[in-house]
Amino acid sequence: MADVRRVISILVENESSVLSRVSGLFAGRGYNIETLTVAPIPDTNRSRITIVTKGSKRVLEQITKQLHKLIPVYKVVEHEEMVEKEMVLVKFPIDEKLADIQALCQAYNGGIANVGADMIIGMVTDEPCRIKHFVEATKRYNPIEIVRGGVVAIER
Amino acid sequence: MKMSGARMVCEALIAEGVKTVFGYPGGAIMNVYDEIYKQDGFEHILNRHEQASVHAADGYARATGDVGVAMVTSGPGFTNAVTGLATAYMDSIPMVVISGQVPLSLIGTDGFQEIDAVGISRPCTKHNYLVRDIKDLPRILKEAFHIARSGRPGPVLVDIPKDITAQIGEFEYPKSVNIPSYKPTTKGNKRQIDKAVEAILKSKKPLLYVGGGVVLSNASDLVRKLANMGGIPAVETLMARGVMGADNPLLQGMLGMHGNYSSNMAMSETDLIISLGARFDDRVTGKLSEFAKYADIIHVDIDPANISKLVDVDYPIVGDVSIVLEKMIDGIEGKINPDRYSDWRDVLDKYDNLHPLSYEDSDEVIKPQWVIERVGELIGEDAVITSDVGQHQMWTAQHYPFDRPRQWINSGGLGTMGFGFPAAIGAKKGCPDKIVINFTGDGSILMNMQELVTASEYKIPVINIILNNNFLGMVRQWQSFFYDSRFAETDLSYQPDYKAVAEACGGIGYTVTTKEEFDKALKDAIEKNRVAFINVAVNRFENVLPMVPAGGALYNMILADKTKEK
Ligand SMILES: Cc1ncc(C[n+]2csc(CCOP(=O)(O)OP(=O)(O)O)c2C)c(N)n1
Repeated sequence: MADVRRVISILVENESSVLSRVSGLFAGRGYNIETLTVAPIPDTNRSRITIVTKGSKRVLEQITKQLHKLIPVYKVVEHEEMVEKEMVLVKFPIDEKLADIQALCQAYNGGIANVGADMIIGMVTDEPCRIKHFVEATKRYNPIEIVRGGVVAIER
Repeated sequence: MKMSGARMVCEALIAEGVKTVFGYPGGAIMNVYDEIYKQDGFEHILNRHEQASVHAADGYARATGDVGVAMVTSGPGFTNAVTGLATAYMDSIPMVVISGQVPLSLIGTDGFQEIDAVGISRPCTKHNYLVRDIKDLPRILKEAFHIARSGRPGPVLVDIPKDITAQIGEFEYPKSVNIPSYKPTTKGNKRQIDKAVEAILKSKKPLLYVGGGVVLSNASDLVRKLANMGGIPAVETLMARGVMGADNPLLQGMLGMHGNYSSNMAMSETDLIISLGARFDDRVTGKLSEFAKYADIIHVDIDPANISKLVDVDYPIVGDVSIVLEKMIDGIEGKINPDRYSDWRDVLDKYDNLHPLSYEDSDEVIKPQWVIERVGELIGEDAVITSDVGQHQMWTAQHYPFDRPRQWINSGGLGTMGFGFPAAIGAKKGCPDKIVINFTGDGSILMNMQELVTASEYKIPVINIILNNNFLGMVRQWQSFFYDSRFAETDLSYQPDYKAVAEACGGIGYTVTTKEEFDKALKDAIEKNRVAFINVAVNRFENVLPMVPAGGALYNMILADKTKEK
């Protein structure tokens, strides 16, 4: 069976050990985590964990079922139809052209986040595949550091 | 009412109806032990090793169906308990283990006897808790018991820092549990059940594949009823021995790696598997691509994750086997009769006549299978049987005439040597009117032998029958079959004097080399009513057969012993 990429959104009780339960399940059963983000859901005592994973259909089904079995997990949403966004911060040397970098970031729905004495920081939020293209495009401006955030997603 | 956290623990156990707690004290749990000293709502058994405490609680749970309870201290007390937790987890046994922890203020500082119990036990418990506030303690204890026994049962750990057991708080034990994120499905989808019934009525060669879930769900009577209504043949997994009853003509036997010929052939030729509380373990299926190639599958399981995990299923039914079976039986009643599948049963009978489960008895040396059959003849249904892990376990599963569920207690999923003796102690506490016998090996028995002292002190008269082959027999068998008889580190010829060991610890010991001596020893041990070791010298090179080599197809069984050693 061919591997497919899937975004899984997990609603959990806000408690200290819940992230280790989720990540431990992936590690222990040999499932793969490409990105993971977690943050509290406003006005509740729940959090949302968003995981991008890859696996065969059977593995993806097992991931969903095994996640469901964790006691503090309320809901597992596994959808092909999700709106996905990812964020990236890139640090460039100050001697690169600011206007070019700004134009590049804007082309990917972003902009300049910070300019300091010796560096420029660009920021972009876009779909994961476009983030990949953006990161490639930054190469010609000699990026010093690239920090990608995990994927966040919401059902369409 | 206001009381200490330690007292809350005791009050909660009493409120849960706990009669026996197995445990071992130490610094971090001392406050609780101080309260145990003051109460008389339950008995505490001091095992001589925490692993044994947890296995004893587990054996108690398996024998009675109630939640087993064990108590240990932090650090090494807890780590000693881990094997017990994992053993119970793999076999879905309801259990609550309470562990002491260093005070909250010391957590994370590498304090004396501090270990991350919740972290270590996460993959081998159904759920676990670190109590951080005394206000949560009553609720957590209530939830722990609820989670342990509901849905797919399993062990739950409650780790309690020492300062919390010392603090005073308000105690009111909750009457009910509300965990919005935990609502196991028990009823089974009606439409799926109807479809499954239709599939049974259409099938020509149906087969009941009966697993340990039937025991856990107390569904044996219903399984027998369904089988008898339709004359549907059945095979049992290692964990389900006793469900159908040894005398039931519909029972083919045990299937899997050491299953008998007709059971494994039934599985290979059936056109409809009716899987009840079984999970298609690799020791059952053999090579997956060859497993039950001609069959559609009805899979009833309380754990959705078990369904289509290894084998694709045509009729998935998530629910408690008892509840689902009641509905299935309603749907089938009147539409089926016991003659319906007689052709199919004839085929299986022929297979059984072709290669019946058998062994070659001997007059020169005691065969281990003979011992097991003999105990079956002499005590039969009056016994609760536990076992350790190895050849003796498989022979017991094959040859003992189990009549009822919960009569057979063994570590199937984890395969834990050292399980049998403490589990027998727990089973005897749960079933004091039964004779409790642990079939063990000369390897396994050494792994929790200190329990002789426990059993002597508390007068828990369990009988350990050591089927002594001077080998780690099961490993030796694989070496004979697959490693050209290079017996790497499996020769146990250097032996303790088992009789003397038993007697040194307050028990009674027997050395047996003939069949007559065995009968006498067993009779005497039962009469003396004391913990016993019956050390039986058995044929050294006996092999467990039939055998499906790991990863082989279920229908390719080694049936005859072609090894050179005798
Ligand atoms: C704790 C543990 N360690 C190792 C094993 C691997 N193992 C499985 S069976 C076996 C041999 C058991 O020997 P014995 O208890 O003498 O029983 P026999 O097979 O001879 O009947 C071993 C070492 C195990 N199952 N459990």
